[in-house]
Amino acid sequence: MIELIIPAIISCILAFFVVYFTTPPLIKILVKKNYTVKDMNKKENVMVARPGGISIILGIVVSELVLYGFFQLNEILAIIITTTAAFAIGYVDDRKVMGGWFKPVTLAIAALPIIFLGAYDSDLAFPLFGDVQIPLLYLGLIIFMIPITGNTINSIDVLNGVASGFMVIASFTLSICLFILQNYEIAIVSLPLGFVSLAFYKYHKIPSKIFPGDSGALTFGAMYGVIAIIGGVEIIAAIALLPAVINSFLFLSSVKRVVEHRQIKGKPVEHTDDFKLKATNDKTAPVTLVRLILAGGPLTEKQIGFAIFKLAIFSGVLAIITAFMMGVSL
Amino acid sequence: MKSGLYGFLFAMWGLIIIGGGIMVVLLGPFSIQQYGDFHWIITSGIKVTIALILVVIWILILSKLKNYIFKKELKF
Repeated sequence: MIELIIPAIISCILAFFVVYFTTPPLIKILVKKNYTVKDMNKKENVMVARPGGISIILGIVVSELVLYGFFQLNEILAIIITTTAAFAIGYVDDRKVMGGWFKPVTLAIAALPIIFLGAYDSDLAFPLFGDVQIPLLYLGLIIFMIPITGNTINSIDVLNGVASGFMVIASFTLSICLFILQNYEIAIVSLPLGFVSLAFYKYHKIPSKIFPGDSGALTFGAMYGVIAIIGGVEIIAAIALLPAVINSFLFLSSVKRVVEHRQIKGKPVEHTDDFKLKATNDKTAPVTLVRLILAGGPLTEKQIGFAIFKLAIFSGVLAIITAFMMGVSL
Repeated sequence: MKSGLYGFLFAMWGLIIIGGGIMVVLLGPFSIQQYGDFHWIITSGIKVTIALILVVIWILILSKLKNYIFKKELKF
């Protein structure tokens, strides 16, 4: 156990400080190159640097390479390759507007290294009832998992600090669950995601100095998905991600097709005179998590962010309860 | 409103646990042996089909639940 503590500490420190120190110069470079977008939820004409995915992937790759130096696990290679591929896919989408098919298809391809490296166990573990062996079905699950987690995190990246703050809660929850299940190596391998998210949150929180962009959101989501697979905690990971899953579910069930947000004409929310957000009555607009939160009345961007974080903490508690239930058999 | 969201989260969690139970109890022990070397492919194919049907049923239940919990809010 003691031999795991030193790599864990080194990788967590590296993950946090690489993002902490590379993000400010990245913001300067992006602003200088005019890679900025308007913050739609600010009264003034505020331009924010994008994409922040570059510092996020740097923090992940550096910390995971250090861990690979200690452990030489194929699981770590799977994280590095799939997450870097997801970053590249997101970066292409940040630079050039791609069709609705682009991200799901390419992210499915990005999941293939997990299979080729054999970094998975085809038993799917459920609380109370035990494991089920699904060798063929599990391959399909891997292919679907990365596009789902990637796009789920991307879909919740709608307000200042929400994607990174949500990721802090969900990823640390997943790490705690892996420790509860005594899967110590993968728990340590998962920790950098939480620390990278935490460091990025410092610059992403309201008022944002940088947006993660598709490259950042897909990097977060893809790494989360890979950890779920290599750690054998797919169900727990899905539970910790439930508020974001609800957002995607509400969106898809109201729109009834896979479509990019930018292609939707109806606006789910609008601004009041004092620039709070309120739900619209537009029947053509998609139902989203933010729209449901605003159904009770207008709120500030900060209040909505905290409402989402509270939901994430609630899901995190349910995920931890589920991890304890894994040890119980009916 | 917010209590509705927490209720919906809790209901989704319950559905996941129950769905998992069905997967383990029904799909886990399911096996076909009389097709020689290909039995595992046929077994897996049937398991995939049942799992997909379960997913569709799960989404339908969730949709009904969403309409019930958010019936006031979904009058947008």
